[in-house]
Parts: sequence; structure tokens; C-alpha cells
Amino acid sequence: MKFAVLRFPGSNCDQDCLRTLRDNFGASADAVWHKETSVDGYDAIVVPGGFSYGDYLRCGAIARYSPVMGAVTRAAARGVPVLGICNGFQILCEAGLLPGALMRNRGLHFICRTVHLRVTNITSPFTRGTKEGEVVRLPVAHGEGCYFADETTLQKLEDGGQIAFRYCEADGSITPAANPNGSVRNIAGVLNSQGNILGLMPHPERACEERLGSTDGKVVFASLLSAGLASVS
Amino acid sequence: MKIRVTVLPKPSVLDPQGVATADAMKHLGWPGTPRVRVGKMIEIDVPGESPDEHLLHSICRDLLSNPVIEDYSIQRAD
Repeated sequence: MKFAVLRFPGSNCDQDCLRTLRDNFGASADAVWHKETSVDGYDAIVVPGGFSYGDYLRCGAIARYSPVMGAVTRAAARGVPVLGICNGFQILCEAGLLPGALMRNRGLHFICRTVHLRVTNITSPFTRGTKEGEVVRLPVAHGEGCYFADETTLQKLEDGGQIAFRYCEADGSITPAANPNGSVRNIAGVLNSQGNILGLMPHPERACEERLGSTDGKVVFASLLSAGLASVS
Repeated sequence: MKIRVTVLPKPSVLDPQGVATADAMKHLGWPGTPRVRVGKMIEIDVPGESPDEHLLHSICRDLLSNPVIEDYSIQRAD
């Protein structure tokens, strides 16, 4: 399975994604510059975190018009899995590939810490390695991670099982206190209606080695790899 | 001619910068509880003829604002 890790001016988690895919999973992964107009030949696309275009105008607002995003949109329409992490999530929302928007954190602070997340969809290509009610620990590092969508959209997300991760307590209970940034309904990650695009604010690629404090992020990449292998066989 | 595009958070959306600014205004003696929204203003220099209205609105909608969370308005100044 071959991964494309996009690289925009200002991306800063591209190396983390490449390293974890190559070193922790033995996967083939290339950095793909944002000026490229094709992602043909890749089985999955990662839109990494960072501050693309310096977060000018809005986070992800300019990156979404980079040439590579047209190719990502076409690949996603063919069913290629697309994983957007942090700024990658913001870019996918700005591009209209995922519903909703990410806004300034409720408390205005940049938040950099480890949070608990409840996996609330265990069948997607990104989470199929998880169990019902599973809680994972992943780091977050963002200033604009407050997820917002209108009530109609939220109802569709709930009905379609499109909410993949919610901020929770260690025991899995979803409380206002466990919500680090004011995201509506504690939403930390959402899927598109077809289920092949996931955006999330936490960083699974930063939680794939013991020495980083958590290996809970591995399940996202392992799920994707097992989904990819299943579709090939 | 200058075109000024004002982008503000929709009234239905929580604006933490507006809330923090309102708190500071109260602290400085502003009476009551001010309702404040914080947005941005984008100034575009337009030499010659004014741009195509359709293009201007599509740029405001698709690039300068995010219609999920923001509204925009357009002012023209000499």
C-alpha cells in the first residue's frame, strides 16, 4: 500500500507522518509537493498538520486551492482513503470534502497536551481496528480546533455514523470538562458520508512509539493498512 | 477605487474573541454587556473599472469568508 503525504508551504507534521508510516509500519510513503497535479498510483493520502500558508486568511483557506487539492478531490471521489490531521482536517473542511468548520478555540489558548478520545465509529477504514467504546490517548496541538457545524449537519453526522472521535474522560464518558476547545458535541474527528475521508484534530502520528508516551495512534494507520490490504486481495 | 470586504462570524456562532473583547470593554467602564464580534477587513485596490460582480461575490464566498461560520459585506470607497 502506497501513501502520499502532502506537503504545503508551512506543513510541519509531514516528516512525522512519513516516519511513522515507513518506520513503524514498513509502508511505502512519499512526500507530495502541493504543486503536483496528480496523486495517481497512491492508495491513500495523508494531509498532515502544520500551518499551511501561515494560516493566512483562515486555517487551510489558501491551501485548499493548491493544485494538488484538485487531484485529492478526484481521488477521494474514486474512494481513495484521505486522512486529514489537524491543519489537514482544516484544509479538508475548507475544501468542502468534510462538513463543518474549525474555529478559534473557545478559551483562545493554543492547546498542546494529550487528550482522551472515544472512538464512536468502529467500522470506518481508519478505525476498524478498534472495539466498541474504545478510548485512545492522543496529543492535540492547535489554536483553531473548535469544530462547528449547524444543527442540520450535526444531525446528518449523528445519523450517518460520521462522528469518528469525541473528546472524553479517561473512562470514556463524554463531558463538557473533557472538551478542550469548545467543539460542538465534543467532536474531535468526522468522516464524510462515504466514509473514505477522515479529518481529526488530534495527532495519531505522534503517538505510535512508546517513547512518545502513547502508541494509541497506531490503530488509525493499522486500520488503514488492513483496509487497504483487504481491498487489494 | 478600493473595495473593502468585511468578514464577521455569524451571529449564531460562538465568537470567543468577541466575548473576550466585550469583557475587557466592561472592565474599562463600558455600560451594560456589550455585544462584540471580531472579524477581519480585506482591502482590495482596484485600478480602473470595478470588477465583475459575480466574480467578486464568488471570491468573497469561496475564499475570503467561510460561509459555514462567517458572513461578508462589501463596501466601496474612492
